[in-house]
Amino acid sequence: MTDDSAAAGRVLPGADQWLARRRQDAGLRQYVVYMAAALIFGLFAVILRDDGFLTASNLLNIGRQAAPIAVMAVGMAFALAAAEIDLSVGSVAALSSLAAAEAVGSYGFVAGAAVALAVGAGIGLVNGVIAVKVRIPSFLVTLGMLGIVSGIARNLNNLQSLPIRNDAFLAVFGAGSVGPVSSLLIWTVVVGVIGHLVLHQLRWGRHVLSVGADRSAAAALGINTDRIRVTALMTSAAAASFAGVLLAGRLAIGRHDLGENLLLTVIAAVVIGGTNLFGGRASVAGAIAGSVVMAMLNNGLILMGLRVADQLIARGVIIILAVALSMREQKET
Amino acid sequence: MTGAAGTPALEVEGLCKSFRAVRALDRVALSLHYGRVTALLGDNGAGKSTLVKCISGVYAPDAGTVRVDGTVQAVASPEAARALGIETVHQTLAVIDPLDVVENLFLNREHTRGGRFGAWLGVLDKKRMRVESGEILSRLDIRIPSLRRSMSALSGGQRQAVAIGRAAAWGQQIVLLDEPAAALGVEQAARVLDLIRSLRDAGVAVLLITHNMDRVTDCCDRAVVLRQGRKTAEVDVGEVTKDDLVAYITGARTGDLGP
Ligand SMILES: Nc1ncnc2c1ncn2[C@@H]1O[C@H](COP(=O)(O)OP(=O)(O)OP(=O)(O)O)[C@@H](O)[C@H]1O
Ligand SMILES: [Mg+2]
Repeated sequence: MTDDSAAAGRVLPGADQWLARRRQDAGLRQYVVYMAAALIFGLFAVILRDDGFLTASNLLNIGRQAAPIAVMAVGMAFALAAAEIDLSVGSVAALSSLAAAEAVGSYGFVAGAAVALAVGAGIGLVNGVIAVKVRIPSFLVTLGMLGIVSGIARNLNNLQSLPIRNDAFLAVFGAGSVGPVSSLLIWTVVVGVIGHLVLHQLRWGRHVLSVGADRSAAAALGINTDRIRVTALMTSAAAASFAGVLLAGRLAIGRHDLGENLLLTVIAAVVIGGTNLFGGRASVAGAIAGSVVMAMLNNGLILMGLRVADQLIARGVIIILAVALSMREQKET
Repeated sequence: MTGAAGTPALEVEGLCKSFRAVRALDRVALSLHYGRVTALLGDNGAGKSTLVKCISGVYAPDAGTVRVDGTVQAVASPEAARALGIETVHQTLAVIDPLDVVENLFLNREHTRGGRFGAWLGVLDKKRMRVESGEILSRLDIRIPSLRRSMSALSGGQRQAVAIGRAAAWGQQIVLLDEPAAALGVEQAARVLDLIRSLRDAGVAVLLITHNMDRVTDCCDRAVVLRQGRKTAEVDVGEVTKDDLVAYITGARTGDLGP
């Protein structure tokens, strides 16, 4: 008998135990996304070196593109962890950018962000309650909600963009920086750290995973699965609305289509990052790394000079490939 | 805490449960006593698991009462059952694969740290749960390679042992075990029987569902037999043979319905 199979009751977290746990829980799966990020970065650094991929301003640009994707991805990771999915995130971000622009103009920058977050959490609540109480799969509820919310966003300001002239808002959620670090990056890190802690250190995070892994088992242990599913969908929508705030801050406008086309990008980022598309397993750090991968891909395709139509095709192909690869990796562990 | 040995812990009366046309339970009565092990026997589909689920708050019975310590209780949810001191190992185990052993033992029973605010937020006290998990498992003599291992990396028997350990650790009054030794090897199964005896000696009222007559005669005091949703026999295990029990289960004989 090896030491590893000795009687339980041994709780010293020895180095070998720690290693064994790392190996067996994480497997390769958790590192795939970081390897992919490094690989793509290296690839673009070589083939796009004359197109300015490695310039400071382009790298900053990638970071700023990645920020809203990453914030949405962290929220989506919780929805997927609970075995739900939120297809309304893109339209929620767009509506939130408008709501923020509207509220900032009248009540100042704190209100701008607060109203946007309330819009998101409210939509998430509606999504969740319908999914849970009417027993409609969340992909259908949120697909319907996607249409409703984009319709509302289009009606709100007659397809016009709404300029934001509040300097504090633009500094805090957009162009500002602390020293050399863009405030968008700071927000990404803040959301990432909070998300990671919530997933690993709070009871709610563990319950989200439990409900996503086996809803009836979680219910048999007395977990209020309805509450968990609703709050998971609220989390993804609230994160999406915060992404809308960051988009509004970066572009200094609210508009009916900001972030609207990010849905597939976000789901791909989360799944590449090691979150199980069907619940029970999530990685916040992976979701952020996946977002960086997606932002680099977008950026690289543009620098390659592909036409918009070809970019769409290339991105679709890459996303399917990447998700297929990472899902195969997940099944093996 | 448990009452005096032999006094009723749980009394079920007139319990009915139908799934559309299927009458899974038909006016079933059952009582469990502190410090006693009651076997619940019956063929596949007899209604044993359904009965356990009605008592543990998973299903709402169509009719009937459940008394705990003589008081009628509406066991409206699994949480309500656990609050009444009823712990259950379901046939399907209810373990969460991606979580580790500690997390499973403490699922929905987590210790938190950081005072009131920490409790409100649900900040997990992982160290305390890890230490207590070690104590729980060694007290119950359950051997698991590593507490930090996720359930999906354990064998079927080890998963079952964790599920039983959870029920034994939290079940202060009433423990319901739906085929707890089905996936276990000889040695582990014997250990489960030891565990059941030690629960009994601690005064816990235990319900044991099994298809193995040796286990019934080894560690049960009374046996209740269900057949097609009806109770067909209730006997003292000391007064019957294994063949009698089998005859009750197959319906070859109908028995004494007890007091
Ligand atoms: N959720 C359900 N929906 C419909 N019918 C059900 C459901 N659960 C149980 N039944 C039916 O109720 C009857 C009793 O089932 P139950 O699971 O209680 O049997 P059991 O005695 O536990 O059998 P086994 O020894 O095979 O575990 C069966 O006819 C079964 O098909
Ligand atoms: Mg059964």
